[in-house]
Amino acid sequence: MNAKTSKRLNMKDRYRIMTRDLAWEPSYQRHEDIFPQEDFEGIKIVDWSQWEDPFRLTMDNYWKFQAEKERKLYAIFDAVSQNNGQMNVSDPRYLNAVKLFITAVTPLEYNAYKGYARVGRQFGGVGARIACQMQSIDELRHTQTQIHAMSHYNKYFGGMHDFPHMFDRVWYLSVPKSFFEDASTAGPFEFLTAISFSFEYVLTNLLFLPFMSGAAYNGDMNTVTFGFSAQSDEARHMTLGLEIIKFILEQHEDNVPIVQKWLDKWLWRGYRLLSIVGMMMDYMLPNKVMSWAEAWEMYYEEAGGALFKELERYGIRPPKFAEQTVIGKNHVSHQTWFVFYQYGHATAFNTWIPTAKEMDWLSEKYPDTFDRLYRPRFELLAEKAAKGERFYNNTLPQLCQICQIPLAITEPDDDTMISHRDTVHEGERYHFCSDGCRDIFHNEPEKYVQAWLPVHQILQGNCGGADMEKVIGDYYRIEMGEDNLEFEGSPEQRRWKQWKQAV
Amino acid sequence: MSVEIKTTSIEPIRQTYGHTQRRFGDKPATRYQEASFDIQSTTNFHYRPLYDHQFELYDPDHTALKMCDWYAFSDPRQFYYGAWVANRDAMQKNAENSFSFFEKRNLGSRLSDEAKQLVIKTLLPLRHMEMGANMNNVGIAGDAYGTTISQAHMFHGMDRLATAQYLSRIGLLIDDTPGVVLAEAKQLWMEDPAWQGVRRYVEDSFVIKDWAELSVAQNLVFDGLLYPYLNDHLEAELDELGGGDIAILTDFMGDWFKDGTRFIDALFKTLAAESEANREQLNRWIQHWHERAVEALEPIVGKAGIASSQALLAKRLTKLGLDTDAVASHY
Repeated sequence: MNAKTSKRLNMKDRYRIMTRDLAWEPSYQRHEDIFPQEDFEGIKIVDWSQWEDPFRLTMDNYWKFQAEKERKLYAIFDAVSQNNGQMNVSDPRYLNAVKLFITAVTPLEYNAYKGYARVGRQFGGVGARIACQMQSIDELRHTQTQIHAMSHYNKYFGGMHDFPHMFDRVWYLSVPKSFFEDASTAGPFEFLTAISFSFEYVLTNLLFLPFMSGAAYNGDMNTVTFGFSAQSDEARHMTLGLEIIKFILEQHEDNVPIVQKWLDKWLWRGYRLLSIVGMMMDYMLPNKVMSWAEAWEMYYEEAGGALFKELERYGIRPPKFAEQTVIGKNHVSHQTWFVFYQYGHATAFNTWIPTAKEMDWLSEKYPDTFDRLYRPRFELLAEKAAKGERFYNNTLPQLCQICQIPLAITEPDDDTMISHRDTVHEGERYHFCSDGCRDIFHNEPEKYVQAWLPVHQILQGNCGGADMEKVIGDYYRIEMGEDNLEFEGSPEQRRWKQWKQAV
Repeated sequence: MSVEIKTTSIEPIRQTYGHTQRRFGDKPATRYQEASFDIQSTTNFHYRPLYDHQFELYDPDHTALKMCDWYAFSDPRQFYYGAWVANRDAMQKNAENSFSFFEKRNLGSRLSDEAKQLVIKTLLPLRHMEMGANMNNVGIAGDAYGTTISQAHMFHGMDRLATAQYLSRIGLLIDDTPGVVLAEAKQLWMEDPAWQGVRRYVEDSFVIKDWAELSVAQNLVFDGLLYPYLNDHLEAELDELGGGDIAILTDFMGDWFKDGTRFIDALFKTLAAESEANREQLNRWIQHWHERAVEALEPIVGKAGIASSQALLAKRLTKLGLDTDAVASHY
């Protein structure tokens, strides 16, 4: 930069010339034809120039920082591959968390890449467009570095080999898939509220970080290094999340009720999605980081509480049904693991009963619920398994029309009763797991009647016929006896023991 | 005699991901292959987009072109994110060196008024066109089906933002009061009759719905006519007027055009080779947008500039298996 000019131009002005000043007011085509998605959600933008750039990064600097991070990251991947780094993980059961990650989370990163590309073209304000574009390429980075991080593990362990194929088909992966597609098929402002704010800003510490911390506690060098490398990207994404919410709310008071409805919806949808993460933290990590209940308290109740307090001045209240998440935090991880355990023949990872030591940890972390409700259940299942009667459930569960989780979660005010709601829409009956999910349906029934529900699809014969072994093996590409079933006695466990003798 | 470190070896149970193996065979895959092929969702989409009811979330019908396999296109540069960023970081370092050199030697002060005027009149308004190219390519990344095509346009879109930013820096560097010549150039972009054809072309490209047509209009035709002029003729004109030093600052644009052309050519070659229908459709688009681009660019680059660009474009089209009739008519 010219020494003369850099003295005269401060960073803000310089960045303005590098971004906003590039845009112009078109006159040969109408604004609404160039940006056709900007209006239909009812959000009123009075003045795009009020947008505060959440970060001021020109492309040359972006390349410089990111290239440095990539160099370091790939050096670690290479080192892990060269030195059988997979053998340094705490326990072979840990790899099941990685299988869950690449099948359930990595494809979401890809959807985020595409979603931010769309919004990065569609927003009328150039500042917001460029911020979204940078997030878009970051999300592509995360997709691809995760694929490369897991590439080495995929050579030695099951369950990861067909992650994009599985993501589009396997019953429990329709939970993250429908979640993200819900956001991606919404307008640009709802997309940002859902993903940048509710997901990245409010819930990132409950999704992304548990996996990364889990990797750190369990000797998974590739994943934890990816996590550290992505941290500064995530920090940028979080500032975009906060800026978009404040910007929309400050632009027009009519935006407030629309945003409130989105915050209600996306907190509940995020909370339900995170049941899977809760299960991962409490049951799948051999070395525990913290319990799901502790994480929810720290990152949602405390941090989220303070955040929503801050938004009060715009007329925003805490999301609807937030109190039910506080009750649910002591139950969901146990109930979810129980679902996966009994459908362990249809999962692309192994399942197991927690060890005695792990059950004691769960008792300590869940004093009000674990010994009373869940320990007896797992002890009974352990007994049966010891007698050679490992329990698998061969019936198909009822799924919630919105979150697509099997109806197995209990009532907020009665933890012995499964929560089940329903409604009739245009002569059809629809089923839900909760008031939160039914509420979401009522607001946009024409959207949610379209949901691709895995159980319905199996029953209609759209997943390769009536034979469940064919559905699992051919349609899902879960390799029977290799990817799925009980961990004890699995090929995964057997190979690990052989390899451990070799290294 | 070789130096040997003893390591234990454990036999892997597979060499790569299943989808990569089905496409490329059961052998260790490259990073480009694992990161780029068959990773986008293809089926069982839950909801139709609220903004585009007639399409699935990812839908091959965002273009009139048809492909049996959208992953038939492979980027000859093998750019996945990491490879792209590393390559651009190296280019960025070169550009940075050039800018520092220009500044340190105070070459701006050697620039004749005529040369400075030419930069303002011909080069600087293009930063707005580059912003348009950024929007177009990012839009294509959103709409195009399959990761190899989508990501190549995304990278290209970000490259165009960078070009817009480097052009802005040139404007700051030759200015006595930073921002003045950029404002002057923007006014030309908005109001000067000579620039209105280009601005109209860019704004019209914003409303093209078919991503492949848009890539034709922007990347193949418009850039194909403009960039050879910038890289060859403008440099010579500047040199004549005592502004040869500016070439130090615009040099990167030549490298980038060459680099981008590799993927654009590979893309259209693949699309055209698929079927006669694709080829005909591409020819129709090329003919239409070429006519418009010539009309738009002539006041800026002159008849001679257009003619030599047309010759180059015709050569490229022949190599891609596309008609040259449309572009031949003018030279």
